[in-house]
Amino acid sequence: MTRNTDTGDDSGDAVTDGGVAEERGGSGFSPIDALNERFGSDFVESSQFWLPPFLLVGLFVYGAIIWNLLISLTDFSGFGTPDYGDLDLEMYSRALADSGFVDAAINTFVLLVGFTLVTLAIGLGLAILIDRNIRFENTFRTIYLLPMSLSFVVTAQFWAWMFNFNNGVINIVITSLGFGRVNWIGNPDIVLWAVMFALMWQFAGYAMVVFLAGLRAIPNEHYEAAKVDGASTARMYWRVIIPQLKGSTISASVVLMVFALKAFDFLYSLVGGYRPPNGSDILATKMVREAYANLNWAYASAIAITLFVMTLGIVGPYLYYQYNRGNL
Amino acid sequence: MNDDARTDGGTASATDSGASAGALAEVDGYRVLLYLGLLGILAFFMIPIESGLVTSFKTSTGVTGSLPFAPPTGSTFTLEKWRTAFDALGRGLINSALYAIPATVISALLGSFAAYGLTQSDWKQRYKAPVLALFVAGIFIPYQAVLVPLSQFWSMIPLQDALGFLWALGINNDYTGIFELIVTHVAYGLPICTVLFRSYYKNMSEEMIEAARLDGASIRRIYRRIVLPLSGPMFAVVLIYQFTQIWNDLLFTLVLVQTESSAAAPIVLILAGLGTSLEGQDFALRMAGAFIAALPTLAVYIAFGEEFAEGVAT
Repeated sequence: MTRNTDTGDDSGDAVTDGGVAEERGGSGFSPIDALNERFGSDFVESSQFWLPPFLLVGLFVYGAIIWNLLISLTDFSGFGTPDYGDLDLEMYSRALADSGFVDAAINTFVLLVGFTLVTLAIGLGLAILIDRNIRFENTFRTIYLLPMSLSFVVTAQFWAWMFNFNNGVINIVITSLGFGRVNWIGNPDIVLWAVMFALMWQFAGYAMVVFLAGLRAIPNEHYEAAKVDGASTARMYWRVIIPQLKGSTISASVVLMVFALKAFDFLYSLVGGYRPPNGSDILATKMVREAYANLNWAYASAIAITLFVMTLGIVGPYLYYQYNRGNL
Repeated sequence: MNDDARTDGGTASATDSGASAGALAEVDGYRVLLYLGLLGILAFFMIPIESGLVTSFKTSTGVTGSLPFAPPTGSTFTLEKWRTAFDALGRGLINSALYAIPATVISALLGSFAAYGLTQSDWKQRYKAPVLALFVAGIFIPYQAVLVPLSQFWSMIPLQDALGFLWALGINNDYTGIFELIVTHVAYGLPICTVLFRSYYKNMSEEMIEAARLDGASIRRIYRRIVLPLSGPMFAVVLIYQFTQIWNDLLFTLVLVQTESSAAAPIVLILAGLGTSLEGQDFALRMAGAFIAALPTLAVYIAFGEEFAEGVAT
């Protein structure tokens, strides 16, 4: 687009929305020109579209995070209002000394890594199977993805029943195979893996959809070339196809990790309360419990900041990667 | 759609090169295994849902006395649990719709505005990128990081007084929670809506827009006359995705409405505590409740599965 076009556009604008132009005329033309000069020709005019949403997100997301940081530095608890006059890092040192916090942090990390890796692997396997030129592809795909359309609250009900000690499907299957019953939810050493399994069930279809899009973006010549070279199917995928799925893997992992961090809804609904089964407390559940059950607002905010920093550690590099690829 | 066409051809030649003419006659052991595997996985994904469904129709003795995935027999069949669940959750269905629908529509519309202003208008990439990065990062923020300020914020806004005219009409003043949920969901749903629309607008044909600009159309006019009418397919994707997200979310309802006994309690909030008591858990009731709560999103998913898949894949 040339400079001439822009000038023409500006004058056209003055004609179409006269009202706005009037207002601008009143406040003087120069500040707007100066803004456009600095930020680009449509900056001011396009701001009627992007600025209100941007302010809303700025206030509710970024304003709230800064506010949260402030609260985490106070001693705010119980009823009343926070006292911003006395800021210190007390809540953070309290967190480090709290074994419940350390356990929750470890559980968060285990869930994050375990869930993401397992779900990625299964999703990739599903995508490859679905991509084998099968019939009823749409039906299979739709059913594999279906759990993701359900609420965590709903899937938690299903899995509470699946994992039930006496009558659950899982224990019935394993006893019929000759093994003893397992207390999936009640045993603190197992419960986190059981939760991971249920979440994998819910999100494997998502990973599949992302990988399928990635597989379909790979030119057919790559498959054919590998065939001509005499590579077996397994070898072809391992050497030629999977390395090209880097982009899909990165975006799927980021989204899955964020889901794992948000697994609060699932754990809350599993028991219908703020305290998840022993051994499955994660930072997300501990934060909400400290705030809304124990009214330890400042302490909860400090946990929230920890969670936020963990997320930033994942999302920051992702944004940088997207920026470098010109996607921003 | 054209993706499918392209790959189907490609994979066909990659997998069974040559064996296309008499494909039916030649029953290929490998293909049989493939379909068996796919069906096995299908069963894995369906079993929690299937066993939930059959359990919801069983009496309490049926639940403990039969296999969890076996359908109820004559004497253990009952609709009682569905009736009880519906009595408990019915008002929740309406309450959820009251905030999920407006919040979905508003966030989609504002997301479309933001994406348009950040994609089809000419201002320097150097400044656009950080604004966009803030939108993208907003998708991934764990809501825990904003909960305490959110509670503080809403307790400072005198919404109870501002909406006095509604309470005068006889509406329960718990419904302030619904207003708070609308605004909150719009604000936190905006980032994903913006990003979805942006990927769509980036691939939109530029010629028409440039032609309109040459004719002197304003940015607003181009949006109304060209971009908005062409956004239909993406609106379908965003509306479906957002509706599912908002309907399914528990955390904000827990913080803003707080108790399931509230007149304004959304369905997920009531469901989360349903069927659990000190005497034990009524799984048949929980399953029936789960299905009632899932019905709207399931219906949307079954009707618009393609759009949903597109929404999650972006």
